[in-house]
Amino acid sequence: MTTDGPVGAPQKEADETAAETAPAEKPEERGEDSFLSHFLQNLWAANTVTVTVLSVVLALVIGAVLIIVSDPAVLKTFEYLTARPSDALTASWDLVSTAYGDLFKGAIVDPATVTAWANGTGGWRPVFAPISETLTYAAPLVFTGLSVALAFRGGLFNIGGQGQAVVGTITAAMAGFLLPLPPVIHLIAALLAGLLGGALWGFVPGILKARTGAHEVIVTIMLNYTANLFLSWLILQKGIQQPGRSDAISKTVDSSAQLPSFGGEVRANLGIILAVLATAGVAWLLNRSAFGFELRAVGHNPAASRTAGISVARTYTMLMVVAGGLAGLGGATQVLGTAHALTTQVAGNIGFDGLLVALLGRNRPWGTLLAAILFGALRAGGNRMQSFSGISLELVTVLQALIVIFIAAPALVKATFHLRAARSARLGASMAKGW
Amino acid sequence: MTGVSTATAEQSAPTAAPVRFWDRQRRLGVGLVLIGLVATILFGALAAAETARFTLSEDAEGAALSINGQLGAILFGVVALAAGGLLLAGLLRAYQTLVLSLGILAFVLSFLCWQVAGKFLPLVDTASGTLELAVPLILGALAGVLGERSGVVNVAIEGQFLMGAFGAALVGTMATSVWAGVISAAVGGVLIAAILAVLAIRYLVDQVVVGIVLNLLALGVTGFLYERLMQPDAQAYNQPPKMPEWRIPGLADIPVVGPVLFHTNGLVWLALILVFVVHFGLTRTRWGLRTRAVGEHPTAADTVGVRVRGLRYLNVLLGGVIAGAGGAYFTLVATGSFNKNMTSGAGFIALAALIFGRWTPFGALGAALFFGFAQKLATYLSAVGSPVPSQFLNMLPYLATIVAVAGLVGRVRAPAADGQPYIKS
Repeated sequence: MTTDGPVGAPQKEADETAAETAPAEKPEERGEDSFLSHFLQNLWAANTVTVTVLSVVLALVIGAVLIIVSDPAVLKTFEYLTARPSDALTASWDLVSTAYGDLFKGAIVDPATVTAWANGTGGWRPVFAPISETLTYAAPLVFTGLSVALAFRGGLFNIGGQGQAVVGTITAAMAGFLLPLPPVIHLIAALLAGLLGGALWGFVPGILKARTGAHEVIVTIMLNYTANLFLSWLILQKGIQQPGRSDAISKTVDSSAQLPSFGGEVRANLGIILAVLATAGVAWLLNRSAFGFELRAVGHNPAASRTAGISVARTYTMLMVVAGGLAGLGGATQVLGTAHALTTQVAGNIGFDGLLVALLGRNRPWGTLLAAILFGALRAGGNRMQSFSGISLELVTVLQALIVIFIAAPALVKATFHLRAARSARLGASMAKGW
Repeated sequence: MTGVSTATAEQSAPTAAPVRFWDRQRRLGVGLVLIGLVATILFGALAAAETARFTLSEDAEGAALSINGQLGAILFGVVALAAGGLLLAGLLRAYQTLVLSLGILAFVLSFLCWQVAGKFLPLVDTASGTLELAVPLILGALAGVLGERSGVVNVAIEGQFLMGAFGAALVGTMATSVWAGVISAAVGGVLIAAILAVLAIRYLVDQVVVGIVLNLLALGVTGFLYERLMQPDAQAYNQPPKMPEWRIPGLADIPVVGPVLFHTNGLVWLALILVFVVHFGLTRTRWGLRTRAVGEHPTAADTVGVRVRGLRYLNVLLGGVIAGAGGAYFTLVATGSFNKNMTSGAGFIALAALIFGRWTPFGALGAALFFGFAQKLATYLSAVGSPVPSQFLNMLPYLATIVAVAGLVGRVRAPAADGQPYIKS
């Protein structure tokens, strides 16, 4: 619950718009047709926002259960639950509330730093440090999420965000430490290199799909691991590996190619601003450009699009190139913004997380941005939860997976909470088409 | 590149009607001639003119097949070249698959002669290593066969492996019994399979999405419990007994084949037996016929009274049992303890084996053995300090699968209704 902070604001907006349109719906039994009753009525319907919020809540509840059952000390108190139930309940509550409290403090703001700032004992930086962490983790996810979302809209399932991001980190980092360029130009060159690397890795499944009909899911899954293996080989080569190191780590990206940050505890860098720009760009591409129109048409009905004179093969190829480029930029943001050097795990899980982010954002650009920020918040808060409460960071992976499972199966959430059917819910937009 | 051709050979054989000059056989021939040239010239030039020994035991001792490395590399390269030439000339069309396999085998042998020149390669160790590495791939791919032949895409094999591996380690340690470990591994696999089945069949969620998310869920849950339970107290939770090796007296004394097949652990036998069982089941029983019908045309199957969803549930859950047992391999056979993300993509290699093996049990077996061999060879090469990077050999399964699905040498095709939820109208 604490983690919905980032999505809180738009959630209200959406609820209100939903409420405004409510009169069109048949007024339900209760006589009073006040604005409030409509609002409440829609609040408990299976619309996008409600389902998203409830999914997060459900995930957090299951997460809490996991925390409790994996704590031997608390489990002991459950052994005499019938004799003194208060012990077990207090212990569980303490454990879970501390953990989720840390999740909040690590992701949004720690009240202690605010009072310290107000009293003059602390600076402003610690206050914004948690938000900055959230945005730092969110930035690459925005790119990989947009990559998946865009491909989705064109009817392609880009599982290859991971591989494209990995190749993006490779090319961006290599441009970052191999090219001798002046500051600003160097950064642009490195970002472009990441973009091109990802685009190349996206081109392969795109052209194969267009030319031979090879299913992009299979090809991109296979390319993910190919990229990983290539990275783990490349990193040990002369000229790439950090001199004097025997482990798998590359040279450090020149400072001229690193994304500038605010400095100090505020780690957030230019990446998140680029991410917002990219979101706007993708929104424009999707909704306002000719290519966007074509790709949406192809996504809805390839056969009809072909009849209408759209080259489906060309659209598929271009779409995968653009999607790959976006994921590559995500990798570039990661390596130029935070990692600064290639390691075998440099791209982390940003490609697969991007997939979840796109699903959570309902494949719409701005939705993806918000979802990425939510995921960034979970990751940032998870770090604090791990170091302060000793709850493994893996819990965050569980939470993220659970949220998306509930999002993907809205009927499940609907049944659990006895939600009303919403009118124009965009839910259940299942893309099932197999291979 | 190479192996693709073997697995894709049979299907397109009937379509070899000479419509175009550059038909499948000729294109295969070109490929084979090219790799034959690589073998003859490149491997031949690079190979040291020293003896390459292929020992018939697990170490350097005992009887061995020996050949001069350079001579062998060139000789086998020429054989591959000749096989390619035959295909290119359009000869021996009836024996296309055989010629192709021979050519690829010769290429592999040429490569080995180059690598082993001046050293030795223990054949028994290589073969049994290949088989052991293939075991989880076989089981994972069989799980995929069961699900996908009935129309449910299973991308969650990786997650089932992880849950299986985790369950085997946890319960195996707590009960100090290998078999309890194997059973709970199966239970772990079924857990993931059950979520997959409910979401895919009941809630009609895209099956690839569910699979990917379930992989992450399994990764998170096992990683979380590993850090909370196993890391603080490995002795209590993470020291499962190792799976014993059984020896069948008599049969195990056959040279090479004996120790590989008849002096090994139960999981290997289980995997091999299951290949036959699933093949027999799919092709010869009522269940198999119905499974295939449901996977190809669920509406038709439903019309004649087959319970489409019920059968899909059954198959996905059975697949979960098999994939979970495959997960036990990682903790009970390979390493002896659980570790975070220890399967590291094996589930996706199993998926590759399934696709590469054309959604059939024996195809999956062949693909899994091929991939297992590539992995085993990769570890051997990095152990002897070969200039060939092991990472590139490890890429082979993935690249081979891409080549196969792209139809560069014959197309592989999934069951028609694979991945499509069935909505009764």
